[in-house]
Amino acid sequence: MEGSVAYDSDLNLKATELRLGLPGTHEEQQAVSNVRNNKRPCVENETAPPPKAQIVGWPPVRSYRKNNSQPVYIKVSMDGAPYLRKIDLKVYSGYPELLQAIENMFKFTIGEYSEREGYKGSDYAPTYEDKDGDWMLVGDVPWEMFTTSCKRLRIMKGSEARGLGCGV
Amino acid sequence: MMFSFPDEVLEHVFSFIQSDKDRNSVSMVCKSWYEIERWCRRKVFVGNCYSVSPRMVIRRFPEFRSIELKGKPHFADFNLVPDGWGGYVFPWIAEMAGAFPWLEEIKLKRMVVTDESLELIAKSFKNFKVLVLSSCEGFSTDGLAAIAASCKNLKELDLRDCEVDDLSGHWLSHFPDTVSLVSLNISCLGSDEVSFSALERLVGRCTNLRTLRLNRAVPLDKIANILRRAPHLVEFGTGTYAADLRPDVYSDLAGAFSSCKELKSLSGFWDLVPAYLPAIYPACSKLTSLNLSYATIQSPDLIKLLSQCPNLQRLLVLDYIEDSGLEALASTCKDLQELRVFPSDPFGAEPNVSLTERGLVAVSSGCPKLQSVLYFCRRMSNEALVTIAKNCPNFTRFRLCIIEPRTADYLTLEPLDVGFGAIVQYCKDLQRLSLSGLLTDRVFEYIGTYAKKLEMLSVAFAGDSDLGLHHVLSGCESLRKLEIRDCPFGDKALLANAAKLDTMRSLWMSSCAVSFGACKLLGQKMPRLNVEVIDERGPPDSRPESCPVDKLYIYRTVAGPRFDMPPFVWTMEDDPSLQLS
Repeated sequence: MEGSVAYDSDLNLKATELRLGLPGTHEEQQAVSNVRNNKRPCVENETAPPPKAQIVGWPPVRSYRKNNSQPVYIKVSMDGAPYLRKIDLKVYSGYPELLQAIENMFKFTIGEYSEREGYKGSDYAPTYEDKDGDWMLVGDVPWEMFTTSCKRLRIMKGSEARGLGCGV
Repeated sequence: MMFSFPDEVLEHVFSFIQSDKDRNSVSMVCKSWYEIERWCRRKVFVGNCYSVSPRMVIRRFPEFRSIELKGKPHFADFNLVPDGWGGYVFPWIAEMAGAFPWLEEIKLKRMVVTDESLELIAKSFKNFKVLVLSSCEGFSTDGLAAIAASCKNLKELDLRDCEVDDLSGHWLSHFPDTVSLVSLNISCLGSDEVSFSALERLVGRCTNLRTLRLNRAVPLDKIANILRRAPHLVEFGTGTYAADLRPDVYSDLAGAFSSCKELKSLSGFWDLVPAYLPAIYPACSKLTSLNLSYATIQSPDLIKLLSQCPNLQRLLVLDYIEDSGLEALASTCKDLQELRVFPSDPFGAEPNVSLTERGLVAVSSGCPKLQSVLYFCRRMSNEALVTIAKNCPNFTRFRLCIIEPRTADYLTLEPLDVGFGAIVQYCKDLQRLSLSGLLTDRVFEYIGTYAKKLEMLSVAFAGDSDLGLHHVLSGCESLRKLEIRDCPFGDKALLANAAKLDTMRSLWMSSCAVSFGACKLLGQKMPRLNVEVIDERGPPDSRPESCPVDKLYIYRTVAGPRFDMPPFVWTMEDDPSLQLS
């Protein structure tokens, strides 16, 4: 359909966008282009659902209901700080709140997030250890996926931080 | 020659007419009735704050005492409306503050309320009595402190489902000694520093308190003291309902619950520990409403509890209740009118509980008065839906959410068109419907044909073509609100049914196939609509006109385009030369 072709060739503003918004929301555009092509999902797959990208606003549950389950405490360390802190990830509804809380806790500023360049504008980069034991940059995956896979947080400082995600 | 009553007589007659709809009808009978009615309307309801300006409302109704306003579209509840879209209440408060100081009630839903607005309310309305903020945001406990301190006649303060910046629990201490609240709902507050002594004192001196909904921070061992100070409570919401089991705390609690002989509604129960649940048994036989949707209580404990509540009319619960619990509900709670089952693990790929269509079928069969359903589940069949429809022809609200989008009938692997078709066919009074699962244009044909009383429809991941949207817009005579996401609906149906939009409150379409060109055309042709394009990718005119817009919000208005839009919202302009009169 003309619509989706036009969309693919538009100015790719996302990559240069500097924002601390919900990353991963653009994934849903893929789902939409399927919709426009009138594709129906393979019904035979019903018994083994493939891992799906999180869709914004689906299922339609209010954010205060998502905090139902037991608190998920994770350790937060900051390079150079004398001791670690613990926070309950369930308390936050998204990356902006989480990063604000960490900034307040350790009294520093994180830079602006962008998909392409990571966190620019400060010496710090927030990272987390995921279920596979890998150290990832905070903010790349949808929030809900992050809260279920994050095991601990580490605020990296200095050259180690600048090495992450930047072309420099 | 028309026989006419003196104005005072008509005014007296009109005073018995409270419903907004009826008042509107009265005002359209003739010019003199319009005049009389507008001077004596005491409650104003504005379903979309941008459909009319505050000045117009005040001009038409110079003597109202109560106003209810709604702001953001419903899908804002699910983070589909970006922050900063709008819905600011301040302009309304500012106009009303200037116009008349005798305002008593303000009720807001999905609006942005700042501390500045709250302070202005506190300063401006000397007889202010009722503040209900539902799903609002933008304020902190500082604003609440201003309300508490200045509104000496405050009766109701209800902050249901709001997002409040909780700076300090001390705002509660700002209530004067003379205040006599009837209703206090602070269940949304997060603060860990709720001043319990201030809370207890406040509850103690509000001898007319009938509704009290506490927040999660209030621990279990404080509840007994609070309840003892308010033995006439009708509606009560606990805080965290968890603690190490201690016999003295338990018996204290049980005693307190049994001393509240008028309790009809219970809620709260965060982190519920089953050992403390029997403490509420003394109140169960009179309960008509129970909200356990924050309680991680498993099915066997739920069944025991529900067997004590034969008069239950309204139940909110997590899917831990499972089919077995719903079957028990169906056999013990014959007066049930409303059921809401929420998902305990909405993002899990696999089911974590045994809750299926069977539970809903059981309730539909056992509870003849069932009218309103919100049900999250992971599988459904046409057969079940048809059974449910036949069991419950009195449904007014039916909202089904099958968690995985486009899930087919699990028995036949067909779309669920026939099932939802049965719902609209048998439930002739259906006012609200939410669809889910695998659905083709067929279901919309059924809806357009049968759902003549339908006022609100929510659609996601459904349909094949514009025909689907066309069926709904051309067939649903009572439609007021339509919200659609991720459906292949485009320009044709929308433009062909443009006139329909004048008869509706609003239309929301996101991640659909409506082009920017069509939005512009619609804006030009329809002077009484605001056609708003919401697109965080950048200005829509930086892309070809055939490019679909990200989000579209269309609403009828007599106030013209608004001027408080953020940079990612554009209102399509009117073009008088293009309008078809």
